[in-house]
Amino acid sequence: MCTIRLENVTKMFGELAVIPGIDLQINDGEFVVFVGPSGCGKSTLLRLIAGLEDISGGAILLNGEDVSSLPPAKRGLSMVFQSYALYPHMTVHGNIAFPLKMAGMDKAEIDKKVMAAAKVLNLTEYLKRKPRNLSGGQRQRVAIGRAIVREPSAFLFDEPLSNLDAALRVNMRLEITELHQQLGTTMVYVTHDQVEAMTMADKIVVLNRGNVEQVGSPMDLYRDPANLFVAGFIGSPRMNFVDGGNAARLGATTIGIRPEHIGLDREKGLWRGVIGVSEHLGSDTFLHVHVEDVGTITARTGGEWTLRHGETVFLTPDPDKVHRFDESGRSMARAITPDLGALPRHVNGAPASGAPLQ
Amino acid sequence: MATLHTKSAARAMMSPSVILLFCWMAVPLAMTLYFSFLRYNLLMPGMEEWAGLFNYEFFLTDPAFFSALFNTLILVGSVLVISVGGGLLMALLLDQPVFGQGIVRVLVISPFLIMPTVSALVWKNMMMHPVYGLFAWLAKTVGLDPIDWLSAAPLTSIVMIVSWQWLPFATLILLTALQSLDEDQMEAAEMDGASLWWRFYFIVLPHLGRAITVVILIETIFLLSVFAEILVTTSGGPGYASTNITYLIYTQALLQFDVGGASAGGIVAVILANIVAFFLIRLIGKNLEG
Repeated sequence: MCTIRLENVTKMFGELAVIPGIDLQINDGEFVVFVGPSGCGKSTLLRLIAGLEDISGGAILLNGEDVSSLPPAKRGLSMVFQSYALYPHMTVHGNIAFPLKMAGMDKAEIDKKVMAAAKVLNLTEYLKRKPRNLSGGQRQRVAIGRAIVREPSAFLFDEPLSNLDAALRVNMRLEITELHQQLGTTMVYVTHDQVEAMTMADKIVVLNRGNVEQVGSPMDLYRDPANLFVAGFIGSPRMNFVDGGNAARLGATTIGIRPEHIGLDREKGLWRGVIGVSEHLGSDTFLHVHVEDVGTITARTGGEWTLRHGETVFLTPDPDKVHRFDESGRSMARAITPDLGALPRHVNGAPASGAPLQ
Repeated sequence: MATLHTKSAARAMMSPSVILLFCWMAVPLAMTLYFSFLRYNLLMPGMEEWAGLFNYEFFLTDPAFFSALFNTLILVGSVLVISVGGGLLMALLLDQPVFGQGIVRVLVISPFLIMPTVSALVWKNMMMHPVYGLFAWLAKTVGLDPIDWLSAAPLTSIVMIVSWQWLPFATLILLTALQSLDEDQMEAAEMDGASLWWRFYFIVLPHLGRAITVVILIETIFLLSVFAEILVTTSGGPGYASTNITYLIYTQALLQFDVGGASAGGIVAVILANIVAFFLIRLIGKNLEG
């Protein structure tokens, strides 16, 4: 049971305001992901919650109680570090047992809890090994084991998967999500990887330069990004931004269209472009199409895509999915479907009856 | 095949230096061994004759030998304790961010760069002298009788001087090791509820284990042969109160001109050093593995 509340939390490093002021509510049992580019203050924010850094102003409340001045150990939180921070001279057993030993628990009780944690994390046969004899994924699990034995009120993860290879990362992502479902404990997770954020989170907090850009469920952020930054950050490949005349015709400074919301056709469509690079992922193909007056547009299509580099293709954005942004980068209302008819249309000389490619 | 050629080529290339180093060590050792079985006194040139084990019997039954052996062990042991313990404290202090850290570090390292004879003389004349010494002045300011350190507590004085010289070495090595400690580990331990003392005991000390081993090994090698500090301060006295094995051999060879007896002493010292090394490696060598 743990709710975390940040009230106007600020952090200064000397003259520099790393976090100018953040208000945030994290509910009990939620999986919250802080996401943002490197240097956006997400790790600092996590360390503030952990108590490893002192806040410069505001208050941090755990279960309604102000813990701003409490040392980390007294806050009842566990943290998993990016470098795992295992104790190299202790065995796996010693590492997992350490927090319990520090809490002065008796030996039999410690052994029981360590065995239980090891069983959950498939570490039973490695208990006597030293961390240096473990693989990256196993080390990661030991670090998680050390965090869960204490039965903390909330877990803090600081980019825990960034040192793992791609396949293992997908695996651990699942394992951590499963762990969250089993334990039902509040988890705060920091990452720069929007895929991790999208797949794991109940609630995503997008940070940029120490400010919260938007808070919401993954699909909320995907559907209704509050501004250009969030729109560009969430979703992969990133949203296409078009400004200038095309945007002005729709009454916006910039319009954004996700690659998956662009229809492709060989014969007719809104924009005519020339295919540059096409990236084949098997299930999907990402096309980078050069469109005159618009720029390079990324479009997603199915895996079996036959058009090649240098060939002509027509692009038509899905009118319901076009995002409009004003001059300050904020999202504009999408209540009315923008009238794409206002945009000039290119059609090949042939009658407009070519079979759609999709 | 290629590696085989590389290996033999590497051996051929290395052999001159290996042979040179081997001769450098083996020839003096062999000569010492040879002299130790001779009745060989510089005051009676040309009178060398085979003496069997007499020199060894003479050296080992000399009462001076036992006090020298005892002094050597006291000197090595106390300096090790003081320099490793003190070095640990100094390293922990120097690791903290303080104003003028760079200068403080240079100051701390400098005693190690001063020649032993010079530092021993400075200690003898400026610190421990019963009339002009700083300690004497301190004693007088608080109303005590000044102590003549070098005659009242000769071995303690030598221990102080040698510790002062070796403290920087230990500090330097331990500080470097301390700086390589992963900050995350300390923070993880802090999150795990370890107090400052437990963090030091469970995280810092094991991390420094290897560095401490290296300090102990290197210092032992050099402390077994402390000589200049004794020569310029107490000359081994009063009596044999501050004579160690090295100094005893020096007296035998160059004050009594008994090369045979001194050689026997030298061989005994080599054997003792090996016994010490054997136990040292068994005791702490585990730390150097892996």
